[in-house]
Amino acid sequence: MTAPVGGRGTPSDGGSPVDNLVEITDVHYSVGGRSIFSGLTIKIPRGRITAVMGPSGTGKTTLLRLMTGQIRPDRGHILVDGQDVSSLSTAELYRLRRRMGMLFQNGALLTDIDVFENVAFPLREHTRLPESLIRNIVLTKLQAVGLRGAWSLYPSELSGGMGRRVALARAMAMDPDLLIYDEPFAGLDPISLGVILRLVKQMNDALGLTSIVVSHDVDEIATIADVSYILSAGKVVASGAPKALKESDSELVRQFMNGLPDGPVAFHYPAPDYREQLLSGDD
Amino acid sequence: MRLLNDLLASLRNFVSSVGALSIFFVRVLGQVPAALLKPKYVIAQIHNAGALSLVIIMTCGLFVGAVLGLQGYDLLQRFGSEDSLGTAAALGLIKELGPVITALLFAGRAGTALASEIGLMRATDQLSAMEMMAVDPIRRVVAPRFIGGVIAMPLLSAIFISIGIYGVHLVGVQQLGVDPGSFWSQMIASVEAGDINEGVLKSCVFGVACSLIAVHEGYTAQPTAEGVGRATTRTVVISAVLTLILDFMLTAVML
Repeated sequence: MTAPVGGRGTPSDGGSPVDNLVEITDVHYSVGGRSIFSGLTIKIPRGRITAVMGPSGTGKTTLLRLMTGQIRPDRGHILVDGQDVSSLSTAELYRLRRRMGMLFQNGALLTDIDVFENVAFPLREHTRLPESLIRNIVLTKLQAVGLRGAWSLYPSELSGGMGRRVALARAMAMDPDLLIYDEPFAGLDPISLGVILRLVKQMNDALGLTSIVVSHDVDEIATIADVSYILSAGKVVASGAPKALKESDSELVRQFMNGLPDGPVAFHYPAPDYREQLLSGDD
Repeated sequence: MRLLNDLLASLRNFVSSVGALSIFFVRVLGQVPAALLKPKYVIAQIHNAGALSLVIIMTCGLFVGAVLGLQGYDLLQRFGSEDSLGTAAALGLIKELGPVITALLFAGRAGTALASEIGLMRATDQLSAMEMMAVDPIRRVVAPRFIGGVIAMPLLSAIFISIGIYGVHLVGVQQLGVDPGSFWSQMIASVEAGDINEGVLKSCVFGVACSLIAVHEGYTAQPTAEGVGRATTRTVVISAVLTLILDFMLTAVML
């Protein structure tokens, strides 16, 4: 595995003022009349790991899709490295995306080609590198995620954790500036989870990337994130270092960070009165 | 009044569906030249849509030909012209049965495979992953499959017709005793280049229609198991209906 060779400062190291790679300002977005975001503002500092957390259905994945230009906001600005994503043409957007890598929740590997070809895919599509160089780059990326020996396997032959590591190698193939992880730990066993967690941290530090991690795994993400945002009802309800969030006074933040079953996010889905419904005999 | 509103709503839906399909068709056509620059993907898709459909096409061709031989012989012998069996069967196969039945079989075998494959790629985020890697899925996934289907259809149709004529020969000549000399000579004398062109044109049009429907249904499928299932069913139903409508229109124009 690639050893960390250093990295950029953390918010607490007292370095230079924070430079933001992604700036989301007053974004409004709704689907079918239902408001997902109403005035969302988030800043993703360059060179850091930023966690985006929140109860299910708060639009975390939608936020990633907005950031990557897969959907456009109704109002507001999303700047990625100074470029307003929502005003870019398809060609400009594709140019920007070459500098981004994204790890999907299920890996999203192409199932009709093997591991080697999956990692080589963006290189073959976007470069005219000679085959020998592509081979070396792919093997280097696979070595970094510990799966050089699995180069000839097909995605169907990989475990969930292995699939995500291959997807991570593929996301790094073009040496992006920004790596986006959508629920990278969901459904993994503790060993695979630990491996992915360590890789996220090491890749970020060793390669000087900026990472955005959407995750529910509060304890795990707290060990690697520099900054965390908690979303609820279309807005940021808390932000800061994960440790500080754990000690927050906000009921919602405490419920989320401590995994309490009831609180501002109610256990019960809105329903008519229990007793009345039982006695009425209607559905 | 409500009936009228429903009717208008259905009409609006139909027009918007046709519009969406047309826009999709233009997008696919726009990516065809780029897809042709990477011929290995197109060749793989010709193999998928064509070579893998061969068994069903050949089997059906043989039996359709055999039935045509039996029915044709029964009909023609009433007028004492069973020697024309070769001509009747060949014209029927080349102009109608070959292209149409091949298209229906293609929709059932290759069309459903295309729709479900692309639909599953959508459901498992593979298409989104491509978009995130700045690769247009229309160019990399849809266009090669579309081209593969369009090329495979006339080839499959030609094989269906050839095997069908063999089936007619097997029943008509070898079993029922039609004179082989008359069978072949009348066929050769009567079938003109125009008849073959009609068959080729029809199978090309059906190839475009069935391939487009399959890739469109797959590409726009809801990313769920139910959505992919529905896309697969719609592929067969729409392709079959469209094939028969187009067949009528083409026949009316070319006769």
